[in-house]
Amino acid sequence: MISVRNVRKVFESKFSRVTAVDQVNLEINEGEIFGIIGYSGAGKSTLIRMFNGLELPTSGSLLINGQDLTKLRGKELRLARQKIGMIFQHFNLLWSRTVQKNIEFPLEIAKVPKEEREKKAKELIRLVGLEGKENAYPSELSGGQKQRVGIARALANDPKVLLCDEATSALDPETTDSILDLLVDINQKLGLTIILITHEMHVIRKICHRVAVMEEGRIVEIGDVIEVFQNPKENITKRFVGQLTESENTNDIIEELIKKYQQGMIVKLTFIGETAEEPIITQLIRKFPVSVNILQGNISQTQNGNYGTLYVHLDGEMTDFDSVFQFLNEKKVRVEVIQNV
Amino acid sequence: MFEALFPNVRAEQAWEYTYQTLFMTGVSLVFIVIFGTILGLLLFLTSKDNLWENRILYAGISAIVNIFRAIPFVLLIVLLIPFTRLLMGTMIGMTAALPALIIGASPFFARLVEIGLREIDKGVIEAAKAMGAGNLTIILKVLLPEAMPAIISGITVTGVALVGYTAIAGVIGAGGLGDYAYLVGFSMNNPDVTVFATILILMIVFILQFIGDFITKKIDKR
Repeated sequence: MISVRNVRKVFESKFSRVTAVDQVNLEINEGEIFGIIGYSGAGKSTLIRMFNGLELPTSGSLLINGQDLTKLRGKELRLARQKIGMIFQHFNLLWSRTVQKNIEFPLEIAKVPKEEREKKAKELIRLVGLEGKENAYPSELSGGQKQRVGIARALANDPKVLLCDEATSALDPETTDSILDLLVDINQKLGLTIILITHEMHVIRKICHRVAVMEEGRIVEIGDVIEVFQNPKENITKRFVGQLTESENTNDIIEELIKKYQQGMIVKLTFIGETAEEPIITQLIRKFPVSVNILQGNISQTQNGNYGTLYVHLDGEMTDFDSVFQFLNEKKVRVEVIQNV
Repeated sequence: MFEALFPNVRAEQAWEYTYQTLFMTGVSLVFIVIFGTILGLLLFLTSKDNLWENRILYAGISAIVNIFRAIPFVLLIVLLIPFTRLLMGTMIGMTAALPALIIGASPFFARLVEIGLREIDKGVIEAAKAMGAGNLTIILKVLLPEAMPAIISGITVTGVALVGYTAIAGVIGAGGLGDYAYLVGFSMNNPDVTVFATILILMIVFILQFIGDFITKKIDKR
């Protein structure tokens, strides 16, 4: 278990004073994939660097299994770091070493004997799916393969925690997904706690259990990924969620349709978990004298279940749709009226 | 054919002077690489945002390096005469040239090492820290290996410059091909010897450059 308590980080120079991280409190459970999302400059990079002491907080504490990381210095800190793996946006591999030797590097630091090092590196190469590339140099690898080396290297000393600093931001969408799948795989196989920072909601949606949204150094919203998706409170969170559930022109299309339809109303339905898989629309049409016109739909998978949005136009002989809304609420579908024509 | 072109060149004598040049260049290069690498590392490590960031130390080392780099080599030899006499017990011959060569070229090489180290991606150093590496491990296992191509080409450039320096040292009696060209060639009015000595110097420089480029290419896996 990791607790972040009242952590602040102020960067001071002669001319300026920037509060990069401002009174952050977090509890991260063991075995959890915890995502921190924010735009650049939100302070998430500074925050994640505190989890292995690359950055020291100006005030506050950061406990990993009861040990305050911010109090460690010198050798103690170096030993603690060996049990906290980290992967980077630009991989940060040593170009002068082969894949095998890059993975062995943290083991050399931990003074593991040569034979054991080689054995462990071989295992990790298999785990991340890089068999046959042992003797390749990083320059001969693709971005995705480099990140796999980065992951294998981060896991070499059997860490309890893995920090991911924008680990997929330099990769194309397909490679991003394969790396994310690998992270989930590792999380399940090794029971590793993963803390990641990103600016892509896609990453949060695909692998995180919980998410914290950061803005101007503060955590403005935190919760289970599916809940945050279903019910984003802050504007910034809505924007991030919108990255996934709304295509760029959703708003334009809806505006067009509002002009077109002379009556009825346009509503946004949000389904989560099992309701996403039930034939609710069919039930609705059978039960009420209402016509349903589907305008736009979207379904996404998250680590704790499916999540879908549906824009529909409701019309029919009914004068008001209260009974329809009540039915939908009973089915745990969230209803948001976009436009009452 | 050879005798027609270079009537005054005697093989044994030419070899003797060539050997002196190779000896001075080789021995001084070994010391320059050691001192220069240490100085270059210190320059890099004490500079801004680095492991041992220290403005005063950086300014101090930087000033010393700049001063010794700015003194013309001929003057450096003269200025160092008392020091050389104290250290080597003599101020003529091959060994007497060594202190001036080492002191003259180490700062130059140090700057090349510093530039090479600066090219290393900061992220790689950060990654090593995140793995729990101490400063010595970072220096030996990250900084030096990652800067190796730059260091090797620095050694090549310095070696080539040293051949030139030894020729200058030769003029004040250190021996070597400079001495051969000046003493046997120019002063004794044997222009063929001067030309021949020049050809030998060029050959040494080309071979040095070739070996250096070859190794640099071989170890650079970027």
